[in-house]
Amino acid sequence: MFDLFSRLTRRRTSKDVAKERLKLVLIHDRANVSPQFLEMVKGEIIKVIQHYMEIDEDALDIQITKTESEDGEGIVPALVASIPIRGVKNSGK
Amino acid sequence: MGEVIVITSGKGGVGKTTTTANLGTGLCLLGKKVALLDTDIGLRNLDVVMGLENRIVYDLVDVVEGVCRIKQALIKDKRYDGLYLLPAAQTRDKNSVTPNQMLKLCDDLREEFDYIIVDCPAGIEQGFKNAIAGADRAIVITTPEVSAVRDADRIIGLLEANEIRKPLLLINRVRPVMVKKGDMMSIEDIIDILAIDLIGVVPDDENIIISTNRGEPAVTEDKSLAGQAYRNVAKRIMGEEVPLIDLSGQDGFLAKVKKLFGFRSA
Repeated sequence: MFDLFSRLTRRRTSKDVAKERLKLVLIHDRANVSPQFLEMVKGEIIKVIQHYMEIDEDALDIQITKTESEDGEGIVPALVASIPIRGVKNSGK
Repeated sequence: MGEVIVITSGKGGVGKTTTTANLGTGLCLLGKKVALLDTDIGLRNLDVVMGLENRIVYDLVDVVEGVCRIKQALIKDKRYDGLYLLPAAQTRDKNSVTPNQMLKLCDDLREEFDYIIVDCPAGIEQGFKNAIAGADRAIVITTPEVSAVRDADRIIGLLEANEIRKPLLLINRVRPVMVKKGDMMSIEDIIDILAIDLIGVVPDDENIIISTNRGEPAVTEDKSLAGQAYRNVAKRIMGEEVPLIDLSGQDGFLAKVKKLFGFRSA
């Protein structure tokens, strides 16, 4: 109970900020995240999804950003893709 | 056959040269025959940190180019039996030496010494490639700062790409009071991010500056906390299991007063 209380009231210290920033920058560094890299990922995603639905390829947006983690432990890096769907294929199932 | 250990970091100013001097001297105090190798050609400093700057005749480039024999270039440290320094050239650049020449030099030194400690220059270019060419093991130095940890991560990747497996981490200039307040990344935070094994933690210590002023490595001083940390790292290099120093008692005066009055400094 006390632990929960202290967790809720805990202010974000500068070291928390440092850790979050480091994690994000290292994702970019390690994956060598260049525009070309993201284009490659984008191309592969389009290929897979096209098996199942029609998507707007030009409007597809993919980037590495940060998001609140599931367990509420803080901010974690995330690969976020926004893929507009034009229609779902009727594969006759 | 001796072992070649490269001390590297990517970022400059995190303590590579200080660590090389202290670990080399520490290993010597444990009875080993040690050669310190300064590969920072053009910006040599290991000689001044060791207090041997007035005794340089030949340097690493002279040896590689065959101007002199290794034995002529090695400076014997008269204070510590079995400790030698091979200084870098000051008026040349990193391209004066190739990785192959460094490999040969390290192999020659292996015959004579138990440990060869290589001080690597900052950066990831030619100087880095030369420094790691003959290394069996690597110790990566970082400080608890975003920039230093980021560069350490890059270096770890490059070491592994160059077949130097399992580099070890040395975290330098830790300030326990700041860690406690949440204003400095802790040892756990850094290990969590870099995901490599730890060889030691060296606290921020004024004695390092004083000993560098004098040209005498802090590892020889009993009272210096950083010196004690370096002595422990030297033992760990030799395979001994030594627990980390408890730094929690190193609170500043203010923290002690706060504690006295019941304030929680956490």
